[in-house]
Amino acid sequence: MYYASGGECEKVEKELLLDMKGIDKIFPEVHALRGVDFVVRKGEVHALMGENGAGKSTLIKVLTGIYEKDGGSITFDGGEISPRNPLEAQHAGISAIYQELNLVPFLPVYENIFVGREPVTRLRIVNREEMARRADEVLGDMGIRIDVTEPLNSYSMAIQQMVAIARAITINAKLVIMDEPTSSLDTKEVKVLFSVVRRLVEKGIAVIFISHRLDEVFEVAERVTVLKDGQLVGEFKVSELDQLKLVSHMIGREAKDMERKKFDYRYADAEELAVMRNIRQGVRLSGIDIDVKKGEILGLAGLLGSGRTELAKILFGAEIPDGGEILFMGRGMRLKAPKDAIDAGMGFCTEDRKIEGAIPHLSVRENITIAMLPQICRFGVVSGKKQDETVRRFIERLDIKTPSPNQTMRNLSGGNQQKVLLSRWLCLNPKLVILDEPTRGIDVGTKAEIENLIQELSNTGISVLMISSEIAELERNCDRVAVMREGRKLGELTGADISQNKIMELIAQGHRKFGEKECA
Amino acid sequence: MANLSDERSAQGKHLAAAARKYGALLVLIVMIAANAAITPNFLKAGTLWNIIIQSCTIILTGMGMTMVISSGGIDISVGSMMAVGSMAAAKLLPLGLAPAILLSLALCLLMGAFTGFMIAKLRLQPMIMTLTMMMALRGGAQVMNNAMLLYINDARFAMIGNYKISGALPLQTFVVLVAVLAVYFIMEKMSLGRYIQSVGDNPHSSRLAGINTVRTIIIVYMFSAFFAGVTGIIETSRLSAADGNAIGRLAEMDAIAAVAVGGTSMLGGRAHVLGTIVGALIMQLITISVNMNNIPFELAQVIKAAVIIVAVFLQREKAR
Repeated sequence: MYYASGGECEKVEKELLLDMKGIDKIFPEVHALRGVDFVVRKGEVHALMGENGAGKSTLIKVLTGIYEKDGGSITFDGGEISPRNPLEAQHAGISAIYQELNLVPFLPVYENIFVGREPVTRLRIVNREEMARRADEVLGDMGIRIDVTEPLNSYSMAIQQMVAIARAITINAKLVIMDEPTSSLDTKEVKVLFSVVRRLVEKGIAVIFISHRLDEVFEVAERVTVLKDGQLVGEFKVSELDQLKLVSHMIGREAKDMERKKFDYRYADAEELAVMRNIRQGVRLSGIDIDVKKGEILGLAGLLGSGRTELAKILFGAEIPDGGEILFMGRGMRLKAPKDAIDAGMGFCTEDRKIEGAIPHLSVRENITIAMLPQICRFGVVSGKKQDETVRRFIERLDIKTPSPNQTMRNLSGGNQQKVLLSRWLCLNPKLVILDEPTRGIDVGTKAEIENLIQELSNTGISVLMISSEIAELERNCDRVAVMREGRKLGELTGADISQNKIMELIAQGHRKFGEKECA
Repeated sequence: MANLSDERSAQGKHLAAAARKYGALLVLIVMIAANAAITPNFLKAGTLWNIIIQSCTIILTGMGMTMVISSGGIDISVGSMMAVGSMAAAKLLPLGLAPAILLSLALCLLMGAFTGFMIAKLRLQPMIMTLTMMMALRGGAQVMNNAMLLYINDARFAMIGNYKISGALPLQTFVVLVAVLAVYFIMEKMSLGRYIQSVGDNPHSSRLAGINTVRTIIIVYMFSAFFAGVTGIIETSRLSAADGNAIGRLAEMDAIAAVAVGGTSMLGGRAHVLGTIVGALIMQLITISVNMNNIPFELAQVIKAAVIIVAVFLQREKAR
């Protein structure tokens, strides 16, 4: 752990507004924050960065009183605080603007700004004229001129966000937290947002800015704090960083205790199993070509929001693309539901096991065999013998630690749940397995087991499409890596060419390349 | 000391787990024992038979409700569906006994399929969709005979609800037995049962595991409608009259309570078919013991509510 800026120069800089020291947060299954320090100065834009699960949102939730901290202290504006709910945080002067705005869409703009604190006349009647007048004033100060009596949902997402910010200002916020404020805005709207952010800063309000888009961080933020796996990586001045450095801080390099599996690329002439051509979907994917060869392990690298998961879901039929073509074993596919992809010979271990994988209250047995039921059924009656036999085989082969096949799924540890979900697909003898973050939240030992299993699959001729935010993991396991950024493929690396540095360079260069295109 | 308290808390955990698993059964046993002590003539064979026979309605509708709730939904149109089955069968009786029954059940199945389609495909809230069906079907049943009672004078139809096999076993208990076995078999041995529970437990995961969630949910509401129809026909036969206004009033509430008391999670997931039977017996036992002790009906409702709360409390999932 290291700090980019020395303590001495800080003294002459802006005054401290927020000082979080040694924040700890422990959930039943994970230690989400380990002694994290986080400092924000008055009137600065401070970016908070880190991959999924790094602890950004947990830290913000502790700060805004949604979670209670298990250790550490928070000093805000000179006094120690420990908010127990968002309202207390608001009273202290901390306002959060979330991705899903907590506004009331069908109420007029001015009511949204003042809801809960409506100015009243002497007769305790809500004073609408006063509200509208003050709403006009606040928005005008931000450079936004709209009819505040119109319902909120008659305006664009960007304006709605401005309204949320205006609301924060009127409750005298000293610190405004923006969680992914740009995720649903277009380029123009982002510009408007940033000009508002700059005005806030001029007034001495501090802004915590959370975004996955590197360009934006470099454009608007003064400092950046990077978290990884619940720990502080460091605080940096943006002016002293470049994109490559920031990416490597976020992704980190793990100690090389696991060996790289292969160096030669042997699949140049192998037949193509799955081919995706010019896949487009909304703003997420803008024309992507990917092909997976028989028996190879293809990695998809990129930061969050690069469109990796969306691409995988389209290949598996879980989402329908706006356009593009998918071939599987040379045949054109029209995938309408995951069932079509499963019938064709695919399996998909999703990124979020809890929401999109586990069937939590059913047994390990049912969780393993749920996708293979059509194969072990006669007239809709499940063959208990075949089911038990399959379950026994996979519990043994993957060394799943469970007291019995009847154990309820949710009582298993994360690693064992992942093994159960892998079994669900492997028992179908698939031709292609899609693994989205297969080792996330899994202990090191199980991680190695799963990586070995991935190699084993490839050796038996099963193709693997693997998505991982850990570049080291892709380097160790993949025959070929495709690098994505913001819905486009930037390039591919094969065999010995795959290295963490090259992947990170591609990601960081991506923005320059597309930036130039826009200028021309 | 530390050891002792550890042991105690471990014991406490076991007890809590046992209570969660057998809570409903425990309440049933306590109630039987209490009744045996205070209610005159309770242990006579006739009384016990009555409980079993009279709980047939709740058990039958409860079977469909178990499937619906396990799939993550709810069906409050059950009572009105009973009225539709009843009225349709009575109206069609001139066509002959078998056609009348089959056509009325087919009508119920169709209505159930419609309900399921609206919920699964068009994503209407189960509560709202079945609420509107509750109103529409009740109205439909009344319109069929201009909101009047329809008396039935058909000896063979009357046998459905009144005939006793070899003079002792009522025909309807046989129907209920078949229904229970069928639902138990579906939920425990067939792929459909696993799909239902899986969809109720986690619809996202289920779809990604290749389950046709829309079809599964439609089937579930068809089952519920079918059992409601059968129950409606049996009731009609017992009364020898079809009453669009009265048949099945509040039947859905008893069915839901039986499922809840029986231990099936209201959030969907694992189904407890046999638990629903225990739940239904508890509901009926309360009614009978209240009657036999000359407690007014109004008070009986309050007692029912209290027992439901106790049983559900014993089985509640530990709050996170």
